[in-house]
Amino acid sequence: MNNDVNIRKIDWTSVMILFVLVMLGLGNIYSSSQAYLLDSIFTMNSFSKQLFFAIASIFIFLFVQILPYSFFTKYASILYLLSIISLIGLFLFGSEINGALAWYQFGGFSLQPSEFAKPFTALALAKYLSDINSNIKTIKTQFYSFLIILIPIILIILQPDPGTIIIFLSFFLVFYKIGLPSIYMNFFIGFIVLFFATILLSPNYVMIFLTFLTLLLLYFLKKKSYYIKKILVYTTVFSVFIYSVDFIFNNVFEQRHRDRFNIVMGLEEDYRGSGYNTNQSRIAFASGGMFGEGFLKGSQTRGNFVPEQHTDYIFSTVGEEWGFLGASSIIILFTFLMLRISKRAELQRNLFSKIYSYSTVTIIFTHFFINIGMVIGLVPTIGIPLPFLSYGGSSLMAFVLLFSIYIKLDSQRTSRW
Amino acid sequence: MKNKLLPFLIILSSLIFIIRLFWVQIINIDDVKLSNKNSVEKVYNYPERGYIFDRNNKLIVGNEPFYDLMIVPSEIKLTDTLEFCKILKIDKKVLIEKIKKAKNYSTIKPSVFLSQISKKDYAVIQEKLWKYKGFSVRKKSNRNYILNSASNILGYISEVNDYEVRDNSYYESGELIGRQGIEKSYENKLRGIKGVSYFQKDNFNRITGPYKEGIYDTLFQKAKNINLTIDSDLQVYGDSLMINKFGSIIAIEPESGEILSLINAPNFDPNLLIGRDRSKNYIKLKNDTIGKPLFDRGLQGMYPPGSTFKLINGLIALEENVISPQTKIACNEGHFYSKNRFMKCHCKPGTINDLNSAIYTSCNTYFATIYKNTLEKFDDSKTGMNKWNEHVKTFGLGNYLGYDHPLGQPGLIPDSKYYDRWYPNNRWRAVTTISNGIGQGEILTTPIQLGNIAATIANRGWYKTPHFVKTITNDSIKLKYRQKKYSSINKKHFENIIEGMYDVIEKGTAQNSKIKDIKIVGKTGTAENFIKINGVRKQLTDHSIFIGFAPKDNPEIAIAVFIENGYWGTRWAAPIASLMMEKYLNKKVERKYLEKYILSGNLINEYLKPYTKTNFKINE
Repeated sequence: MNNDVNIRKIDWTSVMILFVLVMLGLGNIYSSSQAYLLDSIFTMNSFSKQLFFAIASIFIFLFVQILPYSFFTKYASILYLLSIISLIGLFLFGSEINGALAWYQFGGFSLQPSEFAKPFTALALAKYLSDINSNIKTIKTQFYSFLIILIPIILIILQPDPGTIIIFLSFFLVFYKIGLPSIYMNFFIGFIVLFFATILLSPNYVMIFLTFLTLLLLYFLKKKSYYIKKILVYTTVFSVFIYSVDFIFNNVFEQRHRDRFNIVMGLEEDYRGSGYNTNQSRIAFASGGMFGEGFLKGSQTRGNFVPEQHTDYIFSTVGEEWGFLGASSIIILFTFLMLRISKRAELQRNLFSKIYSYSTVTIIFTHFFINIGMVIGLVPTIGIPLPFLSYGGSSLMAFVLLFSIYIKLDSQRTSRW
Repeated sequence: MKNKLLPFLIILSSLIFIIRLFWVQIINIDDVKLSNKNSVEKVYNYPERGYIFDRNNKLIVGNEPFYDLMIVPSEIKLTDTLEFCKILKIDKKVLIEKIKKAKNYSTIKPSVFLSQISKKDYAVIQEKLWKYKGFSVRKKSNRNYILNSASNILGYISEVNDYEVRDNSYYESGELIGRQGIEKSYENKLRGIKGVSYFQKDNFNRITGPYKEGIYDTLFQKAKNINLTIDSDLQVYGDSLMINKFGSIIAIEPESGEILSLINAPNFDPNLLIGRDRSKNYIKLKNDTIGKPLFDRGLQGMYPPGSTFKLINGLIALEENVISPQTKIACNEGHFYSKNRFMKCHCKPGTINDLNSAIYTSCNTYFATIYKNTLEKFDDSKTGMNKWNEHVKTFGLGNYLGYDHPLGQPGLIPDSKYYDRWYPNNRWRAVTTISNGIGQGEILTTPIQLGNIAATIANRGWYKTPHFVKTITNDSIKLKYRQKKYSSINKKHFENIIEGMYDVIEKGTAQNSKIKDIKIVGKTGTAENFIKINGVRKQLTDHSIFIGFAPKDNPEIAIAVFIENGYWGTRWAAPIASLMMEKYLNKKVERKYLEKYILSGNLINEYLKPYTKTNFKINE
């Protein structure tokens, strides 16, 4: 098994970037939990807990590197099954935090299985799609690949945790990348738009609009029977979708699920008033200016004004204390890392590793996009962490795991050829 | 496309994020300044508002502290509820209710528990307050108008409105601003400059210490005290003379342009416009549509000056060499000023007046004629009219005088353009405007402008812009109040006019206004006036006017009195002016008979006439 470890082939640049990001995360968590008015024992815990997880992450990284390459192809399905079981187990043994039934608690620590489901689902997909019998262009393969992501999605809808659902939906980008026909992409985008439209407005309004749009298209394309058939198929599927979303939302979901969704979607005001987080975060950025107020000196951060600042809103601490320069540096670090991974994925000749690498970039990118977009006020408030920086043991370790497996697979790139 | 999608999305979103960061962190940070950061608490330290004294250093406006008892529900520890209720003078039920109300507002933010506690009650509470945690006292200050008069001069203060907060970066909502009068025009001096301290706060709104070691903090700048030019004794005396009359008295020290008193009748107590009942009282004052106490007649009322304006026309005619003091003009109960137009006069048939007798008998014929001759001296009536207008304007008429009070009106002195509008194509000439000769016609003046005419004549040709503020602590009044402004009339012509004005008192229209041992000079006026009732123009009883000064040779007080619908100038305005002069010069009034006559004079029925449905008689 030792011939599987090739230290020189490891992408040390990416590892260094990751290391820097985690260290920056630690520094900013230290600062944002320094709010000296909260119970000091509790706040010091945030930082020291994260420090503990960061050290644990180093072991995860090392452990993954010494595993044989074949371990991942062999055990992908089993790891996936384990993560599904852990998600189901939540309904029996889980505890509810912030309205979502997403956590196992052991003493002072809590574990979020949906975080670990991300790398394991990526492994399972890579395993299934790299099989010689799989072809994403066939209905059968499509069915099974969709099923692989649909099972965790359904389990997470029941928690509910909308942010994580979006992450799992982002696997469609991977499918698309490896040859999923674009009709799915059209349906996918259509579903997302209609989902939000249905919940934000009412199903009947959306239906009226859809009918109107269909009639308009039919009128303009009446000469081309090919299009007419296509349009009718789309319209039928979309109509069914609209009413099933409405049905599921109002009849299957419980009130607390609906409340949470409504708050996330901004349909209901949080008790602190709508947009409070976004506004506070905005103020933190503005007071940062070009160079920032300095480490441990951010006045909004010190006053602990941005709720969830050490978790989802960690980037606002960066913005306030390190200014525009610090914040853009982190964006550039992420961009560089993601581009590097996707470039190396292109060069990858092993389909399993290739698909896994695509999944890695896609997952990191979706987190990056939604989290930073939300913190700087471009995306509605959806609670997902910023990879490597946000406070949270499960999220940090799961990201490091995701990344470590990628590094492992990447280090085997040419040795097998 | 499929291969490039992900790198494309990554680069695009990173670019958008960096641009957005640049926007929120560097460019668009105006709305997130220090004051808006909720992690920073801004606490203002206000200087006490400046005091206002009269010209003799008598305090007329001070400040009075009052106290609000504040409550922070989360910190309450009531050791002895019974005693607490006793010192606050409230029921236990009320106490519980009020605490509940405060809790509903916020458990950690301070709110007002009892407001407007007087000094006396405060003393009792202060002594025991240390026992009761969660309560504190906030000191506030309000105006205290010691002189129960001059509300029209002093103005008042009230909370800033939304527009002022938006337009003026100094003020924040809840702060006080001078709303009218001296409080408004000297707002910047009287308020001082507030200081500010910044504190770091946490998300429970608790102050945790100074923000950045107080580097942004500023100290307040003390407010300045002001001495008015007003003589408060004279002001109060004037108020008493004006009881049951509508109008205005304006007294000016000619030498300095200082306004000794400006009485507006009806008057109101300035204390009505402070404290909790302010808005209620304001509406009451506003709703008095007959007396209009908020309308400052002395500064805002535009009236025809009547016969008092003959003095100006006499001076202009002398200056333009149209007449000499010896010029004689015959009057037969009036005269034909054009073929079929007759102007009435009260001179007996066959009277021949020179300038002197024309002034003291107030002969219409004389002044209408010399006015017409002045205008006709020039090639055409346009030039004449404009020349006349130029002369008149040098007396401070026809425009805002420039005094330091926010209220005012320009009055009206017509010029050729004015008449061109009414009579286009050269259809007017000097006789068309003949009424200007006797101060009727189109001319409108405010009483303070009339007072200024009196001061100008007293000074034999110049005036200083009238003003209300004599001194400001560590500051000087504006230069324009210290500079002489000359009229266009040569000094030598004034003596002739003043002689005539002296005879007005000695043997003319205002003999009832003589004061023993003081030579006073003046001129009465009686001005016709009209109002529209339901669209019908109706004449009302004439306004009673007087302008003058005393002593004749070394004037100390110039005065204009304007009594709405008082009929003859002699009837009300002249005696009131002479009483004011006596009061100011002798510090006491000996002519008790005259004083009693004025004090008991009541014109309210006259003012109610237009509101009666029936036809009414005028000039009774």
